[in-house]
Amino acid sequence: MRDVAVVAFAQSEHSFSDLGWTEADLVMPLVNEVLSVTGMDRSEIGFTCSGSNDYLVGTPFSFVAALDTIGAWPPIAESHVEQDGAWALYEAWVRMQHGDIDAALVYGFGKGTVGDQVGISSLSYDPYYLAPLVPGHIAMAGLQARALKDAGFDVDPDPTPPPATDGAAAVILAAGDVARRVCSRPAWITGLDHRIEPHAVGSRDLTRSPSTRQAAARAGVRPGVVDFAELHTRFEHEEMLLRRELGLDEKTVVNASGGPRKADPIMATGLIRIGEAAARIHDGSAQRAVAHAASGPCLQHNLVCVLAADTASDLASEGER
Amino acid sequence: MGNRCAVIGVGQTKYRTKRADVSLAGMVREAALEALADAGLTFADIDSVVVGKAPDMFEGVATPELYLADALGAVGKPMMRVHTAGSVGGSTALVGASQVQAGLHERVLVVAFEKQSESNATWALSTHSPFSASLVVGAGGYFAPYIRAYIRRSGAPANIGMMVAVKDRINALRNPYAHLKIPNIDLAMVEESMMLWDPIRYLETCPSSDGAVAMVLASEQAAEAAGAATGRPPAWVHGAAMRSEPMGMAGRDSVDPRAGRDCAADVYRQAGVTEPRRQFAAAEVYVPFSWYEPMWLENLGFAEKGSGWKLTEAGATAFDGDIPWNPSGGVLSSNPIGASGMIRFAEAAQQVRGQAGEHQVAAAVDGSRLALGHAYGGGSQFFAMWAVGARKP
Amino acid sequence: MTTQASLPPETPQTSDARVVHVLEFPGGYTRSTGPVIGRFLTGLRSGRLFGVRMPDGRVLVPPTEYDPQTAAALGAADEDWVQVGPAGTVTTWTWVDDPRPDHPLDRPFAWALIRPDGADTALLHAVDSGSKAAMATGMRVHPTWRAERTGAVKDIACFAPGEGPAEVPALAPAGVPTPVDGPASDGEAELEPVSMVTLPHRLEYRLRGGTVWNHFIDGMAVGQIRGTRCAKCGKVFVPPRGACPGDGVPATEWVDLPDTGVLTTFAVNNVPAAGAPEVPFISGYVLLDGADVAMLALVSDVPWQEVRIGMRVRGVWVPDAERTRSVKNLKWFAPTGEPDIPFEQFEEYV
Repeated sequence: MRDVAVVAFAQSEHSFSDLGWTEADLVMPLVNEVLSVTGMDRSEIGFTCSGSNDYLVGTPFSFVAALDTIGAWPPIAESHVEQDGAWALYEAWVRMQHGDIDAALVYGFGKGTVGDQVGISSLSYDPYYLAPLVPGHIAMAGLQARALKDAGFDVDPDPTPPPATDGAAAVILAAGDVARRVCSRPAWITGLDHRIEPHAVGSRDLTRSPSTRQAAARAGVRPGVVDFAELHTRFEHEEMLLRRELGLDEKTVVNASGGPRKADPIMATGLIRIGEAAARIHDGSAQRAVAHAASGPCLQHNLVCVLAADTASDLASEGER
Repeated sequence: MGNRCAVIGVGQTKYRTKRADVSLAGMVREAALEALADAGLTFADIDSVVVGKAPDMFEGVATPELYLADALGAVGKPMMRVHTAGSVGGSTALVGASQVQAGLHERVLVVAFEKQSESNATWALSTHSPFSASLVVGAGGYFAPYIRAYIRRSGAPANIGMMVAVKDRINALRNPYAHLKIPNIDLAMVEESMMLWDPIRYLETCPSSDGAVAMVLASEQAAEAAGAATGRPPAWVHGAAMRSEPMGMAGRDSVDPRAGRDCAADVYRQAGVTEPRRQFAAAEVYVPFSWYEPMWLENLGFAEKGSGWKLTEAGATAFDGDIPWNPSGGVLSSNPIGASGMIRFAEAAQQVRGQAGEHQVAAAVDGSRLALGHAYGGGSQFFAMWAVGARKP
Repeated sequence: MTTQASLPPETPQTSDARVVHVLEFPGGYTRSTGPVIGRFLTGLRSGRLFGVRMPDGRVLVPPTEYDPQTAAALGAADEDWVQVGPAGTVTTWTWVDDPRPDHPLDRPFAWALIRPDGADTALLHAVDSGSKAAMATGMRVHPTWRAERTGAVKDIACFAPGEGPAEVPALAPAGVPTPVDGPASDGEAELEPVSMVTLPHRLEYRLRGGTVWNHFIDGMAVGQIRGTRCAKCGKVFVPPRGACPGDGVPATEWVDLPDTGVLTTFAVNNVPAAGAPEVPFISGYVLLDGADVAMLALVSDVPWQEVRIGMRVRGVWVPDAERTRSVKNLKWFAPTGEPDIPFEQFEEYV
């Protein structure tokens, strides 16, 4: 794959109450910040992709309003996923592999404080069997926590939800020499993969996360060399489960940023994991970091991103020497 | 543009007002299975799945890729959910194609759908924030003023919209999947239909449909293998692009948006198209209100600014014209919103594959000409297009 | 349905006020179930639990239409269907201290995954155990059925501890008198299999207008239209925007605009719309004098046949005494009687 790096990351000062910022308001300053940090002009961005969820504020087309704040003129090559911004980053990273563009802008945003998160999360479950019961994300996490506890793991079987948060994040990806020009220590993406599991929680072994394991293997997570990991752990018990599936040992520091338990701006939380992991590379505190994003009941869908101070080709040529 | 990519399988449901016989997953899967069968494949052969649809409020299922993972054979694979308003069907195809062009996957299943009968499209589209100054008048009320401005700008005769409405419904009679079938349609019938949002009459608007469409996109190697195995040729992607522009920008031309022009220019550059009217054998273009045909004829460079309506008037865009537009019957005949864009992309592919059945445009099969698939959305601000051909690019 | 529920009239609405926004499709979503889900729900209506056998022999409950691992279609043949339970075993659970109105129980309960006897997977439902202490993984539970069963997951009122009783109350569909006695299946003999369910779902939001909105609406309260200007390109936006759509930078300079302008284009609406005037009514784009974007507004006080592109218009406001903090203070625009503006002069604003 082509060498692509996270070269800039910005996130809002996340708020636990609605300050009257629209979702679009949250995005604009971050886009300007990542452009300013890299010294890049909008015209250098070859692709833009965002992640958001219309149900957070209860109106369709949240991404349309956001597009009106990012200076999309002249018209830009742009796409949107109704998923966490981490998947928007995935789409942008794939697009950069074509080889014809050297930089991409990614953002994710969400207001978690204004809506009913149990009701909203329930609408993403099976519409015939689950949604009518309105179980919500906390109960789903509780079923998984209890399953882990029963299987002998040292976890709290009564999980508490993360704080409802409003916030956003933006990232610039750049390839090869462009990355080296705009960033003194690019966080190279050496592996990026995501996998999904069956939807029905009653048909899954809730003490395992096979999709995380699969994505980690494909992204090239190797034990012993990961300094930092940023995991999309909205509930405490998930860290233990994910550590095991990712093969992280005790030396890996997990969620040095505070993680989703400290700030959980839905639809940006996963992208922030990638940004925070990249920031540890940018500031020199890590050589290699892992970021993880999740979606769905009981970690149904998992994304794993491996970031390094050296590119995959650097590492390969080192091996040859 | 990256590695070569081709369409090796296409599947569609029949479009209906209400598909009461299937679940949401059942409907989506119907299209997916047909696309796999067309490609001579099964779910096990697929590396990655991309789904697209318009706002989740249509069906009240948020982030439906989670629930659809099992039905679409996505378990153990990457799965994405695209949402770019009305252009989403086209964008979904492009996101899937991108994964092949990146060299990441061999075979990607892309699926787009809408089951509008689960709620009501006007309700879902007009739900707005209490902090909104906008007057809610539905999609027709939103686009009608732009159509009026186009008529004023171009001096087009009043019957052009009606001609498009008749032409696309006649085309739909040759398409077994089409929703609206009006065998005796003519100008008088359109003219007599109710004026909904002047200048848009009832028969100049699209229906509200349930339905799904799917395609299997493949790498060069996988496409050659599938073509050899099934005897059905691939449709090669010659150019693909997305463009977006802000809705509220001062001085934005909502009638002839620059994003549409730029998107077409990018696709044409990749595909080597300098004379679209001559180099395309057919075009499947997102025309939800009849007047959008002349508007997009200009925006896409098939006609000079102000003269798109002349092509329609002269019959150039009819099934037997020199550049048939929407031989499938188009959005005016079938409109499951989230799928409508991908249907355009898929129908373009079927034309160059020679698989369009009764609505096959003869000139599309000889390999020297391309077909265009087009989708747009939002306030005429999101665009997705591709050019496909029978020959390798 | 979207409603803008204001605070009670006696409460002065301040800039800080939260507005309740309700997202609810009237009557609920109508979901066609397809044959597999429909068959399971038909079973629930008759007070029975069914599972579907997968190719590997395992029995899946609740039956999904497709094999969760291989995506193979399930349940096509009658012999693939197996009656299970009704009693079963809790495989995991979590406690709910504060039930919601849309939950199956109005007292504290447990959500549990329950594997009915004879099944290999578990279904999610509520367990009415009385207390958290009475819940345990591995405990035995049985379904408690409602009499008013419609073919929906809530036909099971909840699960209760223990093996039984396994009785199913006679079916009492809404509006149909409950049979005095007789087996449960009698009432449904003539019923069609379930093929449709409705999902009522109401989401409430408490939203707050941003600073830009509040300043705009404060202006509307006194009959003043306010816009914002982009510091970079100098364009004026109304309704105001916090960001310039073209430049992506803050547009924070406030500009007072007159309520006069030109109608750039319009539609004659013959379709009734909620909150709109009686048909035919005119909606159109008004470019206020001094603004750089046209705003969507109503046009009235003129026969619809006489409305023209290029017509000069002026805002018509509700009387001072009736004004509130609302965009509705500006009722519509009406012709000023001045000469029309040539199309070419404002064409770029269309």
